[in-house]
Amino acid sequence: MYRYDSIDQQIIDERVTQYRDQIARNLAGDLSEDELRPLRLQNGLYIQRHGPMLRIAIPYGMLAAAQLRKLADISRRYDRSVGHFTTRQNMQLNWPKFEETPEILGELATVEMHAVQTSGNCIRNITTDCFAGVAPDELTDPRPWCEVLRQWSTFHPEFAFLPRKFKIAVNGAAQDRAVIRAHDIGLEIVRNDTGEWGVKVFVGGGLGRTPILGKVVRKFLPRQHLLSYLDAVLRVYNRHGRRDNMYKARIKILVQALGVEEFGRQVEAEWSHLKDGPTTLTDDEFERIAAHFAAPAYAALPAEDLGYAAHLKDDKGFANWAKRSVHGHKAPGYAAVTLSLKKTGAAPGDITDLQMEAVADLADRFSFAELRVSHEQNVVLSDVRKSDLYEVWQIARANDLATPNIGLLTDIICCPGGDLCALANARSVPVAEAVQKVFDDLDYLHDIGDISLNISGCMNSCGHHHVAAIGILGIDKSGEEWYQITIGGQQGNSATIGSVIGPSFSAGDVPGVIEALINVYLENRTPSERFIDTVQRLGLAPFKERAYAGRETRRGTNSSERKVANA
Amino acid sequence: MPKIIKNESIVDDSWLLLKLTDGESAESVALPNASVLLPLAVWQVRKAEIVARGREIGVWLESGESPEAIADELDHFTVIGVNFPKFTDGRSYSTARLLRERYGYRGEIRALGDVLQDQLFFMKRCGIDAYAVRADKDIEKALAGLHTFSETYQAAVDQPQPLFRRRVA
Repeated sequence: MYRYDSIDQQIIDERVTQYRDQIARNLAGDLSEDELRPLRLQNGLYIQRHGPMLRIAIPYGMLAAAQLRKLADISRRYDRSVGHFTTRQNMQLNWPKFEETPEILGELATVEMHAVQTSGNCIRNITTDCFAGVAPDELTDPRPWCEVLRQWSTFHPEFAFLPRKFKIAVNGAAQDRAVIRAHDIGLEIVRNDTGEWGVKVFVGGGLGRTPILGKVVRKFLPRQHLLSYLDAVLRVYNRHGRRDNMYKARIKILVQALGVEEFGRQVEAEWSHLKDGPTTLTDDEFERIAAHFAAPAYAALPAEDLGYAAHLKDDKGFANWAKRSVHGHKAPGYAAVTLSLKKTGAAPGDITDLQMEAVADLADRFSFAELRVSHEQNVVLSDVRKSDLYEVWQIARANDLATPNIGLLTDIICCPGGDLCALANARSVPVAEAVQKVFDDLDYLHDIGDISLNISGCMNSCGHHHVAAIGILGIDKSGEEWYQITIGGQQGNSATIGSVIGPSFSAGDVPGVIEALINVYLENRTPSERFIDTVQRLGLAPFKERAYAGRETRRGTNSSERKVANA
Repeated sequence: MPKIIKNESIVDDSWLLLKLTDGESAESVALPNASVLLPLAVWQVRKAEIVARGREIGVWLESGESPEAIADELDHFTVIGVNFPKFTDGRSYSTARLLRERYGYRGEIRALGDVLQDQLFFMKRCGIDAYAVRADKDIEKALAGLHTFSETYQAAVDQPQPLFRRRVA
């Protein structure tokens, strides 16, 4: 992975100094709350329901074992020994002390980490495929591209105060696992007819209040023009994006208002001045960065491992886990492994200090001391020998990291919701847990098969509910929590925004409604159909009918239930 | 006399900032007998009169006003102000870069409005070289904001080569 040189380190150290001074000025009364807000947000610090929340950047989801150990250490010394992985591959600490946040950033800087631009109306953390570099269907490793973009976007002087936040995702594989069309800019790495590398540029995607999938604004942009072209896109957006209404300020609204053709024309006009300027990426720089992502020293192994095959045969528990958690790999004899952070009873994406250390140990012993965070809020060991999988499973299981539910209904993507987040309209974690409890039978869960269930506690859609086969959105109606359900959404190459099935439900009804939807699928599926396929074939009607059969809608969680839940 | 930061030090400022208030029009507003930063609209409707005064001319652009509006007339201006009505309104960063990098303006570009210490570094990078720090803030302390970082990744006005063209292998 990318390691800092002395200049990268100096920039991050100076950021800590700057932030320390900003907090000191705030405490001294020289910098008001309003003045501090955009500054602290650009350093990942929110003020939440119970206090501050610090969002730490994990650029494109890559972590070294030593970095994860530092996060464990920080969570123990400055928080409640737990961290939360987000859908943008970052980590949130939910209980830091405001005054101690400069210390935390100082600690992070010692392991080449920071919280730069993890919030605020600026270019956010770049995200990509959690199997980057090892996926069998990959055209090329997207991580060097991501790192080029990380450096370009870090403290970009012109784009620190955009109309709204700006998210970029990169995909380098045949299957898009980075949801690139749900981003302000999505980049798909492609090769043209002459073998030249470049990107197909999607623009104007985003979830939130107005979910829109990105549209192609340029079919092929040669690699050397990546940065100057993005400068042009950002400049058109910075100058012309709406600033009068924060709900209409994302680039998707500008693209929609102009039409993607006109938007593209304006970008090209701007770009004509920037193209071939100093920002043109050099091959030397790309190669310098790409060298950091060279494949590790894989051993020459047979494609299949006899011991692994024998364990699969003999141990049903291991086989169940392997079926969901072990993924294909470019190198013969190796596999990628997903460690589940979706055990029932733990908030999805939460990881304790001890689990962090266990994962770091696993990475050290079995996966070249590196790991990744997935946007589905799990952890990936990317380079495990098949012959080691059984031992990895045993250790993972002992640390509650081996729930065999990856890609299944209980592998829920979920934001922190109303328990912690100041923006949320409703709680999301208790709903996730209630659903997980209903579907706790493993055979049943495996029988239902591939399905995504995502929960967001408000329209900001951090839980990506729009692109889930079943999406749950928390809404507030006169102070009561309600949940709107969408079905038919999906990520990947055929990304689709789900459709709302009808009026919203109370929290207590949600698990029953999910069961009803699943039953319609189980009764109607053909042998090869996943849930999403059946929804597409049958349409909404049968699902909708069953979901509402015998059910009252718009009945809120009554206050006594609420008190118990909060106790 | 009010003070601004210019060329990285604190200097007295003799320019008056003219803003049209309700009821005043660009056509009829009185022009003070001084060096004045004029609203774009005043410049646009009264060019001949302003030039005939024989004084140094300054103009200022609101964050939504385009540098293209004055791109052909830059030789007239000693100072161009770019306004930051709120410090979260980042349009004037683009305006300043365009004035410098596309239209070749070499005179003073002055940040006006909600100008605070923590923006100065970005402003400097975008070609702004004078800063009318908000009056309630300590201008001496704000100076430190020009030197937050000793190195930068991107090409910009202050450093036309991106770091990757300057890194020693």
